[in-house]
Amino acid sequence: MATGTTLSAAISLGAPLGRLAILSAILIVLPLSFPNPFFFDVAVKVGLSAIVCVGLNLLSGYAGQISLGHAGFFALGAYGTALLSIKLGVHGLIAAPVIATVVGLLAHVIARPILKLKGHYLAMATLGLGIIISIVLNREIWLTGGPDGLSVPAMRLGEFKLRAIEFWYWIVAAFLIVAVWLAENLVNSPAGRSLRALHSSEIAAATAGVDVPRAKALVFAFSAVLASIAGAFFVFAERFITPADAGFLRSVEFLTMIVFGGLGSTYGALVGAAILTALPQLVAAFAEYKHVAIGIVLIATMIFMPRGIVPTLADLFGRRVGR
Amino acid sequence: MTSSIVRLRLEPMIAPQPSHRLLEIRNLSRAFGGVKAVNDVSFVVTAGRIHALIGPNGAGKTTLFNLVAGVVRPSAGQVLLDERDVTDLPTAERAQAGLQRTFQNLQTFSELTALESVMVGAHLRSEPSFLKALFNTPAIRQANAEARDRAEMLLQRVGLDTFRDSRSDAMPYGALKRLDIARALAAEPKLLLMDEPAAGLNPAETATMRDLIADIALQGVTVLLVEHDMKLVMSIAETIVVLDQGQKLAEGTPDEIRRSPEVIRAYLGGGIRRRRS
Ligand SMILES: Nc1ncnc2c1ncn2[C@@H]1O[C@H](COP(=O)(O)OP(=O)(O)O)[C@@H](O)[C@H]1O
Ligand SMILES: [Mg+2]
Repeated sequence: MATGTTLSAAISLGAPLGRLAILSAILIVLPLSFPNPFFFDVAVKVGLSAIVCVGLNLLSGYAGQISLGHAGFFALGAYGTALLSIKLGVHGLIAAPVIATVVGLLAHVIARPILKLKGHYLAMATLGLGIIISIVLNREIWLTGGPDGLSVPAMRLGEFKLRAIEFWYWIVAAFLIVAVWLAENLVNSPAGRSLRALHSSEIAAATAGVDVPRAKALVFAFSAVLASIAGAFFVFAERFITPADAGFLRSVEFLTMIVFGGLGSTYGALVGAAILTALPQLVAAFAEYKHVAIGIVLIATMIFMPRGIVPTLADLFGRRVGR
Repeated sequence: MTSSIVRLRLEPMIAPQPSHRLLEIRNLSRAFGGVKAVNDVSFVVTAGRIHALIGPNGAGKTTLFNLVAGVVRPSAGQVLLDERDVTDLPTAERAQAGLQRTFQNLQTFSELTALESVMVGAHLRSEPSFLKALFNTPAIRQANAEARDRAEMLLQRVGLDTFRDSRSDAMPYGALKRLDIARALAAEPKLLLMDEPAAGLNPAETATMRDLIADIALQGVTVLLVEHDMKLVMSIAETIVVLDQGQKLAEGTPDEIRRSPEVIRAYLGGGIRRRRS
């Protein structure tokens, strides 16, 4: 009993920082294996997917609220930041947090009516939200450039133009670590436990004193903020965005990443984002049939590994890495 | 492991006055379609006792609990908690006002371990801030530590310390019933509504449950008990309200209820007599 208690205390207290250290070490060492800038580009895309997935996993994995619209928040962050700097000359470093705040507030406002819905209805409502954003981006050509996309000049810092993808790799990696740290903190806090509680029983959670609508609205807003920041980093690093990045299929991809990685596992979200973002970039065959492949991955995961890859492997090795 | 300081927190701060109206139900009604599940029911639960609510299946007992807890809205009538009208308050705010309940149909937090489930109950009076949680501030760390201590103590109290890190799918039914109670107690309620705590338990488990309920009341928590086990009810309840087809049939001490002509008539051909034997 005593050893059991000590062990689980060590796992629940010491391990989060340990895991964060391992993640940091991997992100620092990883570039040593990159033969050319293309790999940095892939790694940046992986990192941005991972940031979205860490937030989406808090909402869908931990709190159990499915969203099929998170690409919409990613696009709002990307286009909002780009337009604010192009049209109004606001520096990206200011535009990104301003837009993220606006997206967070917007998400918080629409969260209450949307998150009253359950299951399919919630999925449909978030789907509709994503589609609306995507339609606006396609149609309002005068503002967004329409389906052709929007080019963004490189960010300037004094005399320096921040074009190098290597630079953005380090920024994205650093922010990813921050996002994981925030998410893991939340999961192991009273607020996070409330989210995991309302996942299985909203009535019992409310009985225990959890303000269920507030909790859901906050996690929805926070996940939208992370998606928005990822979108902003995307325009900084890639300097080009199209409405396809906001589309329904992108939302499905994000959801597939966290289901594949393991719902309710932050590190699962990272693994899911890494594998499903990198594969289409690195393997041509996968890229061509990307959406078919995503569908197959989703179905296969549900059938063979319903808990996702990281929790399943973690159980296999008898550790609790994935929790 | 359980320090005396932690234990002390469960003691009532002040001895409850016997006449204090902890829960008052006034002309409460609720219909589902054509079914009048609860029909113009009024009664008072005074502080510091074990009260029972009995009646045949479908009498409206669970619906009454749902109305008191704010899970179901009444079509008429009021609920007063601690002499304050809470009829329009959401469930979570009634919890803040000192109300807890356990469920007839188990509502488990299947994503959480037993310890974490009880911690959720203990969070009622701790730091709920989302922003502070993201940054794991000292206030959050303290809330976590306090909730963990309280939850560990309560798991021990209901005899579940061996299931500390188990998930609900790995726990037997009887253990989940006690987990539900520990979760409710963690919120330090003034009033605890228990919906059929002994249902599905074997005689030994039922005896343990009886002692636990008596112990909870002894610690100063007022208990309102829904239970079909008449032996259990008659032995620990000080007052009993009888519901039948949504209406209050009788109210009184166990002896009065046993002798009440209305109750005997309603239960003729089964009911209390059969269940007592
Ligand atoms: N959510 C609901 N929807 C429709 N009918 C309900 C609902 N809850 C309870 N009822 C009905 O109300 C009546 C009382 O049920 P209930 O309160 O569960 O009784 P008890 O707990 O005394 O067995 C029953 O006829 C039941 O079918
Ligand atoms: Mg019932």
